[in-house]
Amino acid sequence: MTEKTPHTHAMNFSDLGRAQIKGTEETTITVDNLSLHYGDAQALHAINLAIPKNRVTAFIGPSGCGKSTLLRCFNRMNDLVDSCRISGKILLEDKNIFDDDVNVALLRRRVGMVFQKPNPFPKSIYENVAYGLRIMGIKDREVLDEAVEKALQGAALWDEVKDRLHESGMSLSGGQQQRLVIARAVALEPEVLLLDEPTSALDPISSAKLEALIEQMKSKYTIIIVTHNMQQAARVSDYTAYMYMGNLVEFGDATSFFTNPQKKETEDYITGRFG
Amino acid sequence: MRKWLKSGEPWIWTTAGAVALSLVAVYAVVWMTAVQGMGHWWPKPLVETTITLPDGSTQQLVGEVRDREEISLHRLRESGYEIESQDKYTHRYLFKQGNRDVYGVDFKWVPAPLLGEFKHTKDLISIERHEWGSFFGHLKSVKENGTVVAEGAAAWPELQARLERANRLFDEILSIEKSDIGKINYQLERLRLNQRKLELKNALTEAALAAIEQERQGYDAQFAILQQRLDELREQNRRDSLTAEVQDGQIIEIPFSKIADVIQPNDMSLLQKVAHYLKKLYEFIVDDPREANTEGGIFPAIFGTITMVMLMSVMVTPLGIMAAVYIREYAKQGVMIRIIRISVNNLAGVPSIVYGVFGLGFFVYFLGGNIDALFFPEASPAPVFGSPGLLWSALTLALLTLPVVIVATEEGLSRVPRSIREGSLALGATKAETLWRTVLPIASPAMMTGLILAIARAAGEVAPLMLVGVVKLAPSLPLDGNFPYLHLEQKFMHLGFHIYDVGFQSPNVEAARPLVYATSLLLVVIIVLLNLFAIRLRNRMRERMRGLEGV
Repeated sequence: MTEKTPHTHAMNFSDLGRAQIKGTEETTITVDNLSLHYGDAQALHAINLAIPKNRVTAFIGPSGCGKSTLLRCFNRMNDLVDSCRISGKILLEDKNIFDDDVNVALLRRRVGMVFQKPNPFPKSIYENVAYGLRIMGIKDREVLDEAVEKALQGAALWDEVKDRLHESGMSLSGGQQQRLVIARAVALEPEVLLLDEPTSALDPISSAKLEALIEQMKSKYTIIIVTHNMQQAARVSDYTAYMYMGNLVEFGDATSFFTNPQKKETEDYITGRFG
Repeated sequence: MRKWLKSGEPWIWTTAGAVALSLVAVYAVVWMTAVQGMGHWWPKPLVETTITLPDGSTQQLVGEVRDREEISLHRLRESGYEIESQDKYTHRYLFKQGNRDVYGVDFKWVPAPLLGEFKHTKDLISIERHEWGSFFGHLKSVKENGTVVAEGAAAWPELQARLERANRLFDEILSIEKSDIGKINYQLERLRLNQRKLELKNALTEAALAAIEQERQGYDAQFAILQQRLDELREQNRRDSLTAEVQDGQIIEIPFSKIADVIQPNDMSLLQKVAHYLKKLYEFIVDDPREANTEGGIFPAIFGTITMVMLMSVMVTPLGIMAAVYIREYAKQGVMIRIIRISVNNLAGVPSIVYGVFGLGFFVYFLGGNIDALFFPEASPAPVFGSPGLLWSALTLALLTLPVVIVATEEGLSRVPRSIREGSLALGATKAETLWRTVLPIASPAMMTGLILAIARAAGEVAPLMLVGVVKLAPSLPLDGNFPYLHLEQKFMHLGFHIYDVGFQSPNVEAARPLVYATSLLLVVIIVLLNLFAIRLRNRMRERMRGLEGV
C-alpha cells in the first residue's frame, strides 16, 4: 500500500479527511475524532472529516461500513438508539452538536434528512410539506401557502402536484414521494441536507430526476448523500468519502477520487474488485 | 385415500367446515329469536270452540291457539281427563283465553280430543287493556254515561270512533302525570334539599325560610291546577264504556279509559294486519313497559342500554389510549412493563361478576358514599351517588373493557412504521409532537377496533350491572328536561337485564315468552348498529391512512 502525495494543498490538519478539501472551500461540518459504539460493538472509529459548504459530498462503501451511521450522527438521529454511545465532536458552524445546550429539534431543522424509503405522512401533500412549519408554530395560512409552494418548487414537484395539493401524499408515485419528502425537509430551509440512499427504492427514471434535483439544490444547501451506487456517487458528488469497517479510508474531490484514488482499497472498491 | 389425505384436501374441508358451523350458529341465533319474537304482534285469529268437561257437559272456549304439542294419552288420563281412544298419543293445545280479571289465568292447556269444532267467528274482538292483559269476547254494546248508544252491528264503528277520543285523553293524562307533575316534584324535592342544606349549615334564617316557603307555595298552586285538570280529564275519560260477552256467557263491562286498542282479528284484511303489526312493533320500541314488563314497550331499556354504552365509551377510550401510549411509547421496556402487560391481558379474563362486586364495593359504597358525605349531606339518609346508578355502571363496564382498548391500541401503535416516526423527528418534531401529529392519527383505526370490541362486550354484559345500577323498572329516564339533564346517579333499565327479568322473574311466563325473544333480537340489533357505527368511523379513518403499509 503506497501513499500517494495529496494533490491538493495540505492545510494544517494532519489527518486525512480534512486535508483533502481544496483550500478555497468553506466547511460547514467538521467531524473531529468521532467514534461510535452500539453497546460493545464499535461502529465508527475516530472519524475526521470536513464537509465543504454548498457541495455534494457522497459516502460510499460496502454494506455495514458505517456510512449511514455517520450520516445519522449529523442530525443526532442516533439519539433514538438507547445503546448508542458517541465520543468526539461534530462541529456545525463551529458549534459542537453534542453539547448539552444544543436543542435537538432546532438542530434537526438546520440539518434536514431524507430516508432510504420514501416516508410521506398519511396526510395531504400540502400538510406533508407544511408539517415542519406547523411544528414551528406557524399558523398563518398565507405564510404556509407560500412556503409550501416554494418548497415544492425547490424539490421540482410543484408542477406535478399543484392541482392536487390536498390529495394524500401516499397517492404519489415512489419518485414523487421521495421528492415530496425532500420538499418537506427543504420547507424548513435547512443548511444541510442528509440523503440516506435516496434512490435505492426508485426506478431509473425517477432516480435520474432526483439526481438532477440534487445538482440543482447544491447551490443552496450543503448536501451529504449516502449511496450504494458508485456511478451515482461519481455523477452527483463533488467530494467522495470511502468508508470501510467503520473507518474513513479515503476522502477527496470526486474527480481525483474516482480517476486517481490514493489508496489501494479504494481503487479495489471502485473498480469492482471488492465489495 | 392416502393420496387424498396427502393432497391437503381434508384440511381445506375441516377449516371450511369450521367456518360453515360458525355461520350456521350465528344465523340460527338470529333466525330463532326473529321467528319466536317477531310474530308476537301479528294479529292471531281468535278461535271459538267447545270443550267437554269430565261431567259430560260442554263449555264454550274462546281464545288464541298459541302452541300445540304431542302428549301421551296415558299422561292425560293420569291428570284426570277421560278420553276414549285406542291411540297412544294425541295432541294438546295451549289456549290463550285472556280475561285474567275474570278467570284468574290467561293460559290453559287443553287436550285435542275434548275440543269441538274450531270456528273463526268474525265479530270476536280482542282488546288490549292497560291492565289485566288481553280481553276476548263478543262485543254487545257501547255505552255513554251508562246508557247504551249503539248495539249489535252498530257497536263496532261507534267503538272505534269513541276509542280514538279515549286514547287522546289517556295520552294527555299520561303526559301531565309524567312530565308536568314530574317537573314540579323535582322542584319541590330541590326546595326540600335546599332547606335541609341551610339547616345543616345553621344558615336557615327567617328570610330564607320565607323565600323557600313562598316558592313552595307557588309550586303547590301549580300542582293544584294540574291536579284539577287531571281530575277533569279522568272524569271525561270515564264517560264511555263497552259491554261484551265472554266465553261462558257473562257480560263484562269495560270502561274506555282502560282500553289501549281493539281489533277484530278474524275480520281483518292482510293490509290491516300489516298496519296493526307495524303499529304494535313501533309501540314496542317507543313505549314504556306495563304489567310487570310483560306488556307495552321497552323504550327505557333501549335508552338505558345505549346511554350506558356511550358513557362507557367516553370513559374507557381516553383512559385506555393513554395507558397504551405510556406502555408502548414512554415506558422503558423491561420486566416491569412485561408484568404490567400480562396483568392487563389477564384483567380481560376476570369474570364480569367480579367487576360487579368490585364496582359495588369500591365505586358505589366507597366513592359514592364519600361523595354523598362530602357534597350531598342534605339528602342524607337517602343516598345520591351512594347507591347503584348509571355512572357507576358505566365506570364498572369501562374497567371491564379497559384491557381490550389497551391491547388494541398498543397493537396499533406498534404497527406505526419506524420510518414515519423518524421522518417526523427529522423535521424537528419532539417525541410528543410526533406522537400527537403522526403516530396517534395513524394508530386511530386500531383504537376504534378496540372501542368496537369494548362496545360489543359492554352492551351484552348483564351480570355486573345487576349489582351496580340496573333495575327492573326505572321510574324515569336518566335524561330529562330538569337540570343537569343527564342524571348520572339514577338507576336505569337495560335490555339484557330486561330479558332476564321478563323471561324468568315474570308472573306471567307464557305471556312474556315472545317478548323475551323480541327483546333479545332487539338487543342484538342494537349491538350490531353500535358496532356498524363504529366500524364506519374506523373505515373513514382507514381511508385516510391508505397506502401506509401495515395499518
